[in-house]
Amino acid sequence: MVTLRFVPYSEIEELGSARRVKKLIDIVKENKIVLLQGRLKKEEEADLIAITMEEVGERFKGIELAVINPEDKNMSGLRKVRNNFFGFLLGDRQGLTIIGPASIVKEIKKDPNKIELFTKEAKKKRA
Amino acid sequence: MISILKNLVNRFLSSLFKKKKDFKLGLYGPPNGGKTTLANRICKDWLGEDMGTVSNIAHETREIQIKEQICIKSKGKELTFNLVDTPGIATKIDYEEFIRAGMKEKQAKQRAKEATKGVIDSIKWLDDMDAVVIVLDATKDPYTQVNITIVGNLQARNIPVLIVGNKADLKKADIKKVQAAYPQYNVIGISAKYGDNVEQFYEGLFAIVK
Repeated sequence: MVTLRFVPYSEIEELGSARRVKKLIDIVKENKIVLLQGRLKKEEEADLIAITMEEVGERFKGIELAVINPEDKNMSGLRKVRNNFFGFLLGDRQGLTIIGPASIVKEIKKDPNKIELFTKEAKKKRA
Repeated sequence: MISILKNLVNRFLSSLFKKKKDFKLGLYGPPNGGKTTLANRICKDWLGEDMGTVSNIAHETREIQIKEQICIKSKGKELTFNLVDTPGIATKIDYEEFIRAGMKEKQAKQRAKEATKGVIDSIKWLDDMDAVVIVLDATKDPYTQVNITIVGNLQARNIPVLIVGNKADLKKADIKKVQAAYPQYNVIGISAKYGDNVEQFYEGLFAIVK
């Protein structure tokens, strides 16, 4: 059985970068797949990888990570500026970040309209 | 007064010289993309020697390797840099994969431990780079989150980037796919192993550090 844990952005927005990352990793270490509303900052994504590496051991092998952004290629210039402005002020709530334990999630593939999450049992789940 | 002025001028000149002398060019990317093979190619071309060992088993490079004062020349231009070959960045490391590749358990666990430290070091060193070449295996999906995270972090730090689609000699290589994934960057298809298209790669280097 695979457990998905939805994390609304409001749950992490008050936290500093280090605590955000730690919170997400702690959930993943409970063998749950995190579905985070929005995305982390770019530097936080790098921190997520670095802190994951610090935690890797015989039991915890790391994570699979995917971030889906709403396609903004067709977005008008004004809308893009507005989105960037609110993203800067309130955090990036758009899109979805998926973080799964590598012991369960084999691979996450994405295309503009769907995510395919392959578990170690080679069964296919869709988010 | 004159001695103070002399000191200031000396300090200014030495800082200029130091900056130029210490220009760091980093090779970044996921494991087994061919970073060390490219580092060896550059070192062989310009210093006549190798930089590190390569292997089919992932995470062969587990420590930052630096080759200082590489001077490359092309079409009357000259560029001197310290080449920094970094361990591949990954989100997971499983020692059992090394066992499956033929290693003994103790050796595999040690390799995994060193590899995790290597990833952390690579990320830490991002801030020190003056320019970066991202080395991707052109036979693989270029649009992985690790690649996107590396690109995003370099972008956030305003570090000039050149993307290399390596292993272009292989049938499965798809340089156009790499170019389509990162349209905002100059993507050059090369074979670091056989030296295909390296001239264009050196030209690309001059273009990003101008």
